[in-house]
Amino acid sequence: MTKKEKEEDADQKCWQVETKSKEGSVCVITERCKGCEFCIDFCPVGALEQSEETTEKGYHPPKMTEGCVLCGKCEKICPEFAIHLKEKGEEKESVEEDDEDEERGEWI
Amino acid sequence: MSIRKSRDWFSPDYQEQERDKGVGHGLHPLDEYLRKDRIPHIWCPGCGLGVILNAYLRALKDSDIPPEDTAVVSGIGCSGRAAGYVDVDSFHVTHGRAIPFATGLKVGNRDLTTTVFSGDGDLFAIGGNHFIHAARRNVDFNVICVNNFNYGMTGGQAGPTTPSDAETSTTPWGGFEQPFNLPAVAAGSGAVYVARWTTYHVEELIKSLEEALEKKGFCFIEVMSPCPTGYGRKVGLKTGKKTMKHFKENSEINHDADPTEVALDPEDPDSKIVVGKFVDRDAPTYQDERGRVFEKARERMGVE
Amino acid sequence: MMEPGTYFMEGNTACAEGAIAAGCRFFAGYPITPASEILERITERFPEVHGSYLQMEDELASIATILGASWAGKKAMTATSGPGFSLMMENYGLGLMTETPCVIVNVMRGGPSTGLPTMVAQGDVNQTRWGTHGDVGVVVYAPSSPQELFDYTIKAFNTAEKYRLPVVVLSDEMVSHMTEKVEVPPEEEIEIIDRKKPEKPPEEYLPFQPDDDLVPPMANAGDGYSVHVTGLTHDEKGHPSIDEKTQNMLVPRLIDKIRKNADDILEYEEYKVEDADKIIVAYGSVSRAAIEAVDMARDEGYDVGLLRPKTIWPFPEERIYDLAREGIDDFLVAEINFGQIVYEVERCTGGAAQTYLSPRMGGNIHTPEEIVERIGAIDRGEIPAFKE
Repeated sequence: MTKKEKEEDADQKCWQVETKSKEGSVCVITERCKGCEFCIDFCPVGALEQSEETTEKGYHPPKMTEGCVLCGKCEKICPEFAIHLKEKGEEKESVEEDDEDEERGEWI
Repeated sequence: MSIRKSRDWFSPDYQEQERDKGVGHGLHPLDEYLRKDRIPHIWCPGCGLGVILNAYLRALKDSDIPPEDTAVVSGIGCSGRAAGYVDVDSFHVTHGRAIPFATGLKVGNRDLTTTVFSGDGDLFAIGGNHFIHAARRNVDFNVICVNNFNYGMTGGQAGPTTPSDAETSTTPWGGFEQPFNLPAVAAGSGAVYVARWTTYHVEELIKSLEEALEKKGFCFIEVMSPCPTGYGRKVGLKTGKKTMKHFKENSEINHDADPTEVALDPEDPDSKIVVGKFVDRDAPTYQDERGRVFEKARERMGVE
Repeated sequence: MMEPGTYFMEGNTACAEGAIAAGCRFFAGYPITPASEILERITERFPEVHGSYLQMEDELASIATILGASWAGKKAMTATSGPGFSLMMENYGLGLMTETPCVIVNVMRGGPSTGLPTMVAQGDVNQTRWGTHGDVGVVVYAPSSPQELFDYTIKAFNTAEKYRLPVVVLSDEMVSHMTEKVEVPPEEEIEIIDRKKPEKPPEEYLPFQPDDDLVPPMANAGDGYSVHVTGLTHDEKGHPSIDEKTQNMLVPRLIDKIRKNADDILEYEEYKVEDADKIIVAYGSVSRAAIEAVDMARDEGYDVGLLRPKTIWPFPEERIYDLAREGIDDFLVAEINFGQIVYEVERCTGGAAQTYLSPRMGGNIHTPEEIVERIGAIDRGEIPAFKE
């Protein structure tokens, strides 16, 4: 993701990175993250780690690795409302994902 | 990438631009309770306030209470900013006076489920007198005290819950006052529900908040919270996650603890932060009692 | 409210009854001489009218509570005296900043500090205007009899609701503790004004966007509008916006709200002013001695009149300005303090007339003889004009 595109498209951005699995998905609203790492530290199965990406403000948001059991601890412990679960089949309106996400493909 | 000069981060135009963006509003399940253009909030990375707000909104969402019958009142301080983020009738009043304001709100409109969301200094220093009297009266609202052991917003000064030897900006040579034991103050003043948690204990906190929202009477929940910027970094807890780890490793849950015996004792390396639900009893609320007495008065006067 | 009729009533009782007649159904207070009787009367009457009375732990709580009750939709009042009023200053400012309608009764007593708790003075006048920090626009009524305490308390509620601010009823110990005839009119004859409610739906409503009269319609908590109210400088949504631009939009409007509507709010009374060359300016209990003094002075050959501000703030600035230029040579301000509104009078004359002060330090009001003697001395040039 190039920073330049982020600026041009400011109105449309929602900065949600969604990682899907069989039972549901975990979504990170990256631009809200302030890199506190609570979700990473307190995930009971260690399924999150800090990513190399940086947000506009310079924080490193979390990214999924593997083993997530969709317990929801990260959603509850996040102070920034930046990470949440989605049940399988839950349709969210107006989710516009960055086109470049599709280039990377799904992570699980 | 265009590099913003540091001063641009604070110009009114930038702030306005950031405000109207409403980063990803509508994506998170609790966004319906958050004011669109106020997120991301102003709290520091690693601050526990967002965790507590998250828990409160979750409890509110899971309860049957309609948002239009909810009110949040905060005082001044970092915790006081909470009212500005919640998308219900919310009031950000003067320092220490959130509790009497909430009293007026609740007694003025009994259908409003009112929550006071404020900090240790606001509620127990300048607001201390109001706290004990509202507890004594058993007015039906909830008080969430975010205890971060200092006055964070103003730069990390010592407060009524700061551990006695801690170095803060107003105790640069170390402190020399004993801090409050908040559950003891609440229980001693007559609160019908007294609980203490830390931001590590999110599951229990959410449950406690659900109980407090349901319960009639003055409900008090102390939540210990990291404040890496104001307090933590001077006492060896430089980051939020380090403080959370400290809470995790040094706390124990004991619902049967006597509130007068749960004071923190940082001198003793084996002592634990005792958390739990210490008091949960029933008593007539201020409005119940007033209603009863006024009813009798009307009978005596022979009026409706 | 009370049955209509003629009553022999104490000032404080009349104040409480006026509040009830105006629709006040919420009161929070703390006992203090000489205002406690208002609390006592309210608590006696409230069960009957289904009102809520709270005795708070201090005056700081009292004023915060009535602000909360006002946002819950109630007409709310508190009553205190000098020491309590000083404690209320911060939240008086909060009420002005958040445009919260309510009424504060201050029954003045001897000061400073604990002073003369049971005796009359008029030492809080300038405090009602300037006592809270920052720039504000205020409305303050000064009753001079139990009848006026009844009437002005109703008027205070109406002004508070119409212009969305805390209004002060500035009584003094003598007026509040005297017992006199009070006419209570039938309910239908009393004008009651309620706050403007929003006409727009919640999605479009902005809680601090003013109408043409500079007053925003007010949605109460629980009405479904999800208002945010803060003492911080705020934009029209009510959200904190801590910058110069917002400050310049908000604060001048709060001041202009009163200044530009002064014609509607300002009230004063004149007695024998048409052919006078000296005017006594007095308010509250002193105005009663002053009216007597006017007639006594005329008997002695002086052409004296009385200007009695009924609203101290807004102050009758233009009237004094005009009088000074229309043949009035001297203004004698008689007040029970060491000079408070005398500064306003002197300023408003703009040098076109002389201003004199007849001060008293608290404990009793002026006697008419004292005032007449002062008039004589002024006439003979025996006393200097009031200087700062």
